[in-house]
Amino acid sequence: MTQIVDAKGLACPQPVILAKKALSGIEEGIVTVIVDSEASRENVRRFAESQGCAVTMDEKDGEFHLEIAKGFTCAITGQERVSRHQAGAKRAIFIQSDSIGPDEELGKQLMKAFLENMVELEDDELPGKMIFVNRGVYVTCFWDETIEKLNELKNRGVEIFSCGACLDYFKIPDKLKIGEVGNAFDSVQTLVQHENAITLG
Amino acid sequence: MLHDIPFNDGNPDLIVGLEHSEDAGVFRLNDGTLLVQTADFITPVVDDPFMYGRIAAANSLSDIYAMGGQAICCLNLVCYDTCNIEGHELRNILMGGLDAVREAGAVIVGGHTVDDHEMKFGLSVTGIVEEKNITRNNCAKPGDTLILTKPLGMGILTTANKVDMASEKSMEDATAIMAALNKGAAKAMNEVGVHSATDITGFGLIGHALEMARASKVSFRLNTDAIPFISEAVDLAGMGLIPAGSYNNRRFAKADVSFKPELSDDQKMVYFDAQTSGGLFISVSPDKAARLLDKIRENGAIQAEIIGEVTKLEEKSIIFL
Repeated sequence: MTQIVDAKGLACPQPVILAKKALSGIEEGIVTVIVDSEASRENVRRFAESQGCAVTMDEKDGEFHLEIAKGFTCAITGQERVSRHQAGAKRAIFIQSDSIGPDEELGKQLMKAFLENMVELEDDELPGKMIFVNRGVYVTCFWDETIEKLNELKNRGVEIFSCGACLDYFKIPDKLKIGEVGNAFDSVQTLVQHENAITLG
Repeated sequence: MLHDIPFNDGNPDLIVGLEHSEDAGVFRLNDGTLLVQTADFITPVVDDPFMYGRIAAANSLSDIYAMGGQAICCLNLVCYDTCNIEGHELRNILMGGLDAVREAGAVIVGGHTVDDHEMKFGLSVTGIVEEKNITRNNCAKPGDTLILTKPLGMGILTTANKVDMASEKSMEDATAIMAALNKGAAKAMNEVGVHSATDITGFGLIGHALEMARASKVSFRLNTDAIPFISEAVDLAGMGLIPAGSYNNRRFAKADVSFKPELSDDQKMVYFDAQTSGGLFISVSPDKAARLLDKIRENGAIQAEIIGEVTKLEEKSIIFL
């Protein structure tokens, strides 16, 4: 049974209250709340999630339709988050420079943006390992802002390795600020084991 | 659409006009003394008419205090909802306003009432400030200490209260916070001497801090653990009881703000939250900060805290540590 709550044109927090009433009236079922402002959309989503409900959102002609599922103990078809890849087959990212593409100045900005934006990924989208080789180790030694973000990734379970031989080559083994020192075998093994390896730089 | 209306026609005595995002207009009366003017009115934020009136008045007076001034005379601004507000309630609203104006040491010299379908009340306030005491929002200096004089979370709490979802205790706290004048904090600023100040109202802590940081061409590093707020506001934010204005604040400001990664989304919304009658946000040289804080507290501020420091312009204007 789907119940529809039309909360268009109502100011915060009225849509939340209408959603609350509709949800408290049922043990199990779907309530669709229609709102027409982003503030109401986010407020209703927050409310539904705080009540342990699953929410899917759809936008149609400036109206937001929030489908709120209450009480189902098993997943509802089409509502579970689809993981980007199979469990156990997480991606590895192989960073072999501190720059992406031919223009070095632009390339460094791109590398910084790419790495720092990874924190926006959901947990199930994150790579399993990141391996920095060649000039890539400059990132793990000197890019403080990026290192801060990498640290966040590390806290979320991403393993971060920098190539030991590379650190030695550039005479900066004592400068490493994030992750572990890796060797060539680790790198090879990782690349072979991960069918989803991405190379950057 | 409105930005090119030539409000300022070059009168040399107009010190602060509309072109600056300042708290109040400032006009030179004579050498050394400046006139400060502002007007504001708000819809009801609490159920009790007297406290609503008092809060609306404190909110209007605050703009004078943010400029380092003291209020002299006020006009009542009333949009009266005759269908839903009874005569004795209107009386209590005005009594609440008068109570705040008396505490400010100012007088009400008149006012104006119109019919409206939604109640609104506030004041037009005229104040004065000695030229040496004026606190504009563009003079924060790297190395300065940043002080906030009231806790945050008022927008979320009053939104939740409209549908009876805020606890009685938190609403009592919020009401006392909003009803408190920033008079004592302004007086302390005059006594100690500060670089810059603004008050935290509709644009939230982040919005108003951003205005000050940009106008001063500096960045603010704010210490998340030191920023006072009503703790229930975070839980209520998680339940979607956030005013639309706070989301607007986030949309306008978020590109120029960085947060420490472990901050929850609900906690961030408290920093974006639109405040009614919020505290003063003050930039003061570090050697004077402790003395200023003592004086502000002595003068009765609800919860004044050092919440951060000013740095040279960094990649982002506001950085939460």
